[in-house]
Amino acid sequence: MGDTISFPHLDYAALWPMLILFGAACVGVLVEAFVPKAWRNTVQLVLSLLAMGAALVMVIKRAAAGVTAANAHTASDAISIDKAGLFLQGALLVLGIVSLLLIGERTLETGGPFVAQAAITVGSEADRRQAARESGATEVYPLALFALAGMLLFVTANDLLVMFVALEVFSLPLYLLCALARRKRLLSQEAAVKYFLLGAFASAFFLFGVAMVYGFANAVDFNSIHANISTSDKPFALLLIGLAMLAIGLLFKVAAVPFHVWTPDVYQGAPTPVTAFMAACTKAAAFGGLARVLYVGFDRSNWNFTPVLGVIAVLTMLVGAVLAVTQTDLKRLLAYSSVANAGYLLVGVLGGGAAGLSSMLFYLVAYGFAIIAAFALLTLVRDADGEATHLSRWAGLGRRSPFFASVFTFLLLAFAGLPLTSGFTAKFAVFGAAIGGGQTWLVLFGVLSSIILAFPYLRVIVMMWLSEPGDTTPSVSIPGALTSAALMVGVLVTLLLGVAPSSLLDLANNAASFVR
Amino acid sequence: MVATLINEQAEAVVYAPATGLLSYMWLLIAIPAVSALILLLAGKAANRWGHWLGVASVLASFVLGLTLFFQLRNLENRSVVENLYSFIPVGNLRVDFGLLFDPLAACFVLLITGVGFLIHLYATGYMAHDEGRRRFFGYFNLFIAAMLLLVLGNNYVMLYFGWEGVGLASYLLISFWYGRPAAATAGKKAFLMNRVGDAGLVLGIFLMFAWLGSTNYEVVFNNIGTLGSTTVLLIGLALLAGACGKSGQFPLQAWLPDAMEGPTPVSALIHAATMVTAGVYLIARSNPIFSENTTLQTVVVSVGAITLLLGCIIGTAKDDIKRVLAWSTVSQIGYMFLGVGLGGGAYALAIIHLLAHGFFKANMFLGAGSVMHGMNDQVDIRRFGGLYKYMRITWLTFMMGWLAIIGIPPLSGFFTKEPIIVAAFSRPGWTGWLFGLAALLGAGLTAFYMTRLFILTFHGPKRWTTAKEGLVDQHPHESPAVMTIPLILLALGSIVAGGLMVTSVPQWLEPVLGPETAEHPKIAHGALTALSLVLTVAGAGLAYALFRKGTALTPQPAGVLVTAARNNLYTDAFNEAVFEKPGNWLTRLLVFVDNKGVDGLVNGLAAAVGGGSGRLRRLQTGFVRSYALSMLVGGVLVLGAFLAVQLGWMG
Repeated sequence: MGDTISFPHLDYAALWPMLILFGAACVGVLVEAFVPKAWRNTVQLVLSLLAMGAALVMVIKRAAAGVTAANAHTASDAISIDKAGLFLQGALLVLGIVSLLLIGERTLETGGPFVAQAAITVGSEADRRQAARESGATEVYPLALFALAGMLLFVTANDLLVMFVALEVFSLPLYLLCALARRKRLLSQEAAVKYFLLGAFASAFFLFGVAMVYGFANAVDFNSIHANISTSDKPFALLLIGLAMLAIGLLFKVAAVPFHVWTPDVYQGAPTPVTAFMAACTKAAAFGGLARVLYVGFDRSNWNFTPVLGVIAVLTMLVGAVLAVTQTDLKRLLAYSSVANAGYLLVGVLGGGAAGLSSMLFYLVAYGFAIIAAFALLTLVRDADGEATHLSRWAGLGRRSPFFASVFTFLLLAFAGLPLTSGFTAKFAVFGAAIGGGQTWLVLFGVLSSIILAFPYLRVIVMMWLSEPGDTTPSVSIPGALTSAALMVGVLVTLLLGVAPSSLLDLANNAASFVR
Repeated sequence: MVATLINEQAEAVVYAPATGLLSYMWLLIAIPAVSALILLLAGKAANRWGHWLGVASVLASFVLGLTLFFQLRNLENRSVVENLYSFIPVGNLRVDFGLLFDPLAACFVLLITGVGFLIHLYATGYMAHDEGRRRFFGYFNLFIAAMLLLVLGNNYVMLYFGWEGVGLASYLLISFWYGRPAAATAGKKAFLMNRVGDAGLVLGIFLMFAWLGSTNYEVVFNNIGTLGSTTVLLIGLALLAGACGKSGQFPLQAWLPDAMEGPTPVSALIHAATMVTAGVYLIARSNPIFSENTTLQTVVVSVGAITLLLGCIIGTAKDDIKRVLAWSTVSQIGYMFLGVGLGGGAYALAIIHLLAHGFFKANMFLGAGSVMHGMNDQVDIRRFGGLYKYMRITWLTFMMGWLAIIGIPPLSGFFTKEPIIVAAFSRPGWTGWLFGLAALLGAGLTAFYMTRLFILTFHGPKRWTTAKEGLVDQHPHESPAVMTIPLILLALGSIVAGGLMVTSVPQWLEPVLGPETAEHPKIAHGALTALSLVLTVAGAGLAYALFRKGTALTPQPAGVLVTAARNNLYTDAFNEAVFEKPGNWLTRLLVFVDNKGVDGLVNGLAAAVGGGSGRLRRLQTGFVRSYALSMLVGGVLVLGAFLAVQLGWMG
């Protein structure tokens, strides 16, 4: 293609996935303005799914065509669509499609999980009316598309400034999405404001870090940073402070301790489909970005960041696991479990080398599917006030609907890392990579925390199966086609990756290389 | 024979590929697994025939196992592997889904499916009136499949799969009667203690990966000699932790007696005959690792000796028929650990004791179940007595189990426990005396508490009541044939198994566990046998003298030792003080720091602001400013750490 285009900086073939998503998001905004209300939801849903599908096809085509060091960089080296980047883009799109199915569900309650107009005062007459009848806002689709496109850019950004822009592009729509729950709106709005304020705080850290690194290396692209680290005559502390601040910004997004504080509140307050989207996709994007910064920009040849990040990984695993034990709300429980999982992912990243990277990629996909399925199931267990997420309400659910209780049990066992689920293979991969990279101490703590983490899951299982259903045990709604599909895909992938993980492991292994 | 420089004794382990019928060994696992799936998914439609499917699937596995066993006997190299597919094929993380059928695995397959079949059969009668019968058989089949996977895997990851599977099935079965709080608590305790052990196993597996690059038995055993002794010790201790957790050995023994809350067939199959011996299997299977390091062997022997005495002592003070049997299981597995720890020829001795124990202990558990069945679920041996008149078959079969376990010739236990005692005395140095005397003392104690159990249950004055005489209505009666037939078969096994196996099985196991070793006990062999018989008869006689006239119906005040034994020698209290309490404190502290600590700074203000904004806000534990503060503190710490680490290295 290069020979027909006069300015070689933009390789459209490589950029198509992002362009399609951004374009579709813009069209989505227009749809809001011009398509009659009755049609909007269907049009938006179809449009979004088509756009994501098309973007996925472009990613696959690109991967099939082959990625080399020569054709990876584009847009003046600001974007690097290398193998790992492409894998992450593909994973983000697949996980995005599955979570969009949840976002699109409209049959579980009148009008779907989103508020009709977010500006209505909570508790007012108009609010009660919208909660009971009006169909939910359809702006969620373009917002989700913008967020996803931002993530696609984030994982391929080869330059700290582009990375920052992408970070904001995918964060801002998420803040809004968090505020749009139909029920428990105060909680939802509070979550959004918290997420926004803390996110802004973290972004400031990131940006400050960019400035510091620029001050040291005189560049913002990873290639030059890497080259200049060893030659620069500036004080080394500048670089250290810069990297630490970059890391803080990224660790906030992956929800690592001590930057995890927002996670339980936001996961609990956000509409559950959005929580699923964040838990799967934001985590993947953030880890993609973190890995690129650590592998490409600041690799260990010059100095070692493992001790500090290792301590953070250990803290993340332990704090996430221990705090999950005391949770009584399922969304918060899954939030803390997601914190602990961020720790396992960090263990993989710190394992280093291709093995570490590929184990991280595999883990992201395995965890993404499982967590989406888990949240999909949460949307089904409801009472008159919406989702019943308090643990006590799930008592005896196994008696009421054995099928869904079995599915949830399976997912919890997967989170606990039992063999023949994706949870086992994924943990095995990251721990194996860390052992291979000489980080046995991380594995020690990983195994320890996974023992602790088994308890909260077990408690839910015990609650569902070994308690008598009470008067307050909610009923399980019959899922609509979209939720069923998301749930089914999530569960099947979790099983498949537990029984026959070799194809995805191969894929991740082949993809485990960045191009500097 | 040309001796190699690295390791003179160990011959290279070579496994042949499976051919012919042996390549269908995966069916051994698949049959019960599929049956479990059908039973658990079929729903109420399967209620009427489900339990027979469960029984048939185990019988089918047994028949297949027997056929494969005869096939294996005709082979030159009696270790065949079959790689089904590549489970994790990437890079240096290479794990195959592979099975290994060798003499050791064959023994276990026959034990699991053979005894398993009899217990399944018994359970059709025992669970006849339980509304959860189909579910019960589903879990039971699941257990068989997982246990077979455990013993048939050709690498440690497959073993771990089975290990977790049996743990899950055991947990489900202990809490099967979840209406009873004790059952649910016991299930949790089992899960907890097993997790601790499992963590050890996982670490051991990862250490093998790190140092040997593989978890395949073949690779690990052939290369273990190249590792340093500390490395071997670490791997071995990690595996031992796993073994202790699963087999209820010191210090992780507390869950096993509590697990008796499950239905009695579960206690018989899982918590006596098969699953709890998985730890012994693990060590016997890993014999090249354990034989490599003498410190490691000493640790294993010590664990075995401590546990066998612990189990005996506590067993003398318990009044619940199943608890006594459970502590005796703990103690008997202690003997097996003693055997595998002694190494050399004693590996095979531990395995034959394991097999014999599978028969007589399953026999006695099922006998206990039969007693409970006839006595309206009474478990307190103080409230039995004189039952031999009412349940003749149960009495006679139980008697065979009792004579077998205390080691009266020519029953099983005599042939299998005796050699372990001799082997313990043959250990070089003063430790030979120590462990030998422990094993000998254990034999005497075993005779005492088992006789006490037998006499109080079946003989002496009647201490139970019928409806006319008291509050509890009990009409002791013999159980139906479907329950007594397995009892009779197991009783036959208890009588003859030991004598039949004492020479044949060690020979059969030689390719896996190595040849028999000549033993030179500190006391002459004949004298030792006589001594242990005298002790046994003395223990039994003492128990008979004390309890032939019955006993009080309630616990009587007792001395320090008996009180301690009644309280499990305070091991539970120890666990609580050392593990549970600090764990709780740590959790509370973390929750406090996470939710309240930073908030504390602003909580006064928060109370004023938060009052008006409704209940929902109060659900939130945190305030955004305190979150931001904690992030800032975290940020400063991370920055400081980066600098400190780097400056430390640079300086």
